Amino acid sequence: MAGLTLSGVRKSFGATHVLHGIDLTVADGEFVVFVGPSGCGKSTLLRVIAGLEDVTEGAVAIDGVDVTGLPASERGLAMVFQSYALYPHMSVFKNMAFALENMGLPRDEIDQRVRRAAAMLKLTDYLERKPRALSGGQRQRVAIGRAIVRDPKIFLFDEPLSNLDAELRVATRKELAGLHAELGGTMIYVTHDQVEAMTLADRIVVLQGGRIEQIGTPLDLYNRPDNLFVAGFIGSPRMNLLPGTVARAGFVTVGEGGHEIACATGTLAPGASVTLGVRPEHLALAEGEGLPLTIDLVERLGGESYLYGASPGLPQITLKLDGQSAHQRSETVFLALPSAQLHLFDQTGQAIRP
Amino acid sequence: MSLVTKLATARRKPGRWHWTDVAAYAYLALGVVLMFGPVLWLAMSSFKTQAGLLEFPPSLLPMSQQEVVVAGHAQPLPLFEVTMPDGSTRVLAQVRRIGIQAQMVDPANPAEVIRVAIDKRTPVREFKLATENYTEPLERFAFTRFLWNSVFVTVVATIITLIINSMAAYALSIYEFRGKNTVMLMVIGTLMIPITIILVPVYLVVTELGLVNSLWAVILPGAATPTGVFLLRQYMLTLPRDLIEAARMDKASEWQIYWRIVMPLAMPALAVLAIFSVMWRWNEFLWPLAVLTKTESYTLQIGLNAFQGELQTQWHYLLAMTVVTLLPVALVFVFLQRFITTGIANTGMK
Repeated sequence: MAGLTLSGVRKSFGATHVLHGIDLTVADGEFVVFVGPSGCGKSTLLRVIAGLEDVTEGAVAIDGVDVTGLPASERGLAMVFQSYALYPHMSVFKNMAFALENMGLPRDEIDQRVRRAAAMLKLTDYLERKPRALSGGQRQRVAIGRAIVRDPKIFLFDEPLSNLDAELRVATRKELAGLHAELGGTMIYVTHDQVEAMTLADRIVVLQGGRIEQIGTPLDLYNRPDNLFVAGFIGSPRMNLLPGTVARAGFVTVGEGGHEIACATGTLAPGASVTLGVRPEHLALAEGEGLPLTIDLVERLGGESYLYGASPGLPQITLKLDGQSAHQRSETVFLALPSAQLHLFDQTGQAIRP
Repeated sequence: MSLVTKLATARRKPGRWHWTDVAAYAYLALGVVLMFGPVLWLAMSSFKTQAGLLEFPPSLLPMSQQEVVVAGHAQPLPLFEVTMPDGSTRVLAQVRRIGIQAQMVDPANPAEVIRVAIDKRTPVREFKLATENYTEPLERFAFTRFLWNSVFVTVVATIITLIINSMAAYALSIYEFRGKNTVMLMVIGTLMIPITIILVPVYLVVTELGLVNSLWAVILPGAATPTGVFLLRQYMLTLPRDLIEAARMDKASEWQIYWRIVMPLAMPALAVLAIFSVMWRWNEFLWPLAVLTKTESYTLQIGLNAFQGELQTQWHYLLAMTVVTLLPVALVFVFLQRFITTGIANTGMK
């Protein structure tokens, strides 16, 4: 097990710049998730770490040893591919044993290691099968098993759950979390699904356009997003982002009605354009006064309800209520915005902290 | 009803003959006759005696005249059915023919010679396979040697072709390097050069290497085929890159990736190339004719050519040995047909 350091990593494909200087340190035993929209460079970053892509500039170090020039086979990492990349002509056993054979381990140790990993992943009954005779979830587990038997310095996962159906994805997610607790290895996991990121990660790295937007624990990102992108990306349903202007110190106006909301405005001058962010669950219903909202849609999930509505001059607002809401379509309600739970972003999208 | 009969009697509407049914079956029958007819004729004729081959009108089945040993005659005599002047018919053996008269004897009574006009007799014929057409060349003309040479050339050349071509295809499909497309274009470009143009220069090279009259002179120059490289490269391009990268992550060396991952997965394309290579090598004629001049190094095709003399052609041997030559390729087709069709469909080659 090992730590990883990236310093000033840049990657270009011809004239296309994909990574713009990534600095990152991953501690030994940490579960780090790279998350971001499609094309943000997260997979490229993972492949750079794996050694499948050369860096254009910068350095990659594992356990303090510079591995920038080393090919993938000599870095001692294991990777689980999105497509699983199981060798179709080999049995499950052979798939898992292939790397060990390449490492030149004795036969009985290979057998022992493969069987231990198979038992851990409930694959013992399928060892003689070919990958095409397995279900999606089983293939996924073989791919993970292939990584485990290696006992690698770092596990790399490239969107490993995206080919599974929703139910299996949740189950496998839990298994992965359990696996990390059991093995304790350093894991780097790429996904575009922020729920996977939130549930699995010790730390999340949010990437956009080849740059790191924010690094932090899941709740840190949720509670204190550094910028508009992270605020909008982390959390489901999305944070409500309302354009507004600073009225005076401590107050922001939003919407056509010029509704005034108390909010720490930092050093911003009155008249500055800002974006006010508030999570659906932090919005509360107020009696008779507050931000007016005409309900467009009510979703009742049993344990909770989501209200979607519009307020003049503002984008759609989502509100989460506990229990089974009795509100109806076209009804107008008033919202209270608790100032302690508000996020304020300046014109450049950076968070304003009190 | 078995599948075959069901297929062979399929009609547009069950129980009725539509005109398209008639047209389809007529067309198919024509195809069978056109394609299978010559082969059938070849196989039948290869069992005819030399005399039977020259017979007019020709017969499809190998028939030959019955002969009988008659006391007082060293050679067996041919049997004829003779219409006697009184209208009865007898079976007689012909001793000799003089002009339009034939001297004949009754095998049961060899002492009495009967004179018969030749238009009064018809040969007694029987179905007989002239297997000596096969056994004699195999014994007398070292045809087993030719057969062995052909098998050796075909097998060894195919193995070398598969290995060399797959390595080139691996490099041209898996690796990224400057000039990759140029190299590929040059490989494809050599397809445009017919063998007749490079015959002389290649012959000079082979002579310099001292390979003339060695089977290696036939095997080596054609081992790297542009068609094979192209076919395998196109197939390898369709293999998922993830597999190669997974193997790299699994600490596999380039050789192991090639041998243990790419080769097994490229099996369908390799099978197609193997089949083509076997056919090319087995049927190759011009190049072996140029470099093989000693009888003991002849391949089958060159050996067949030897039956065709300037003045006369030994058709009975030629036909029989042609059948021998065709058999292996036919067997390859029969057993590997599945690979050929699926493989050609997979590789997009026609």
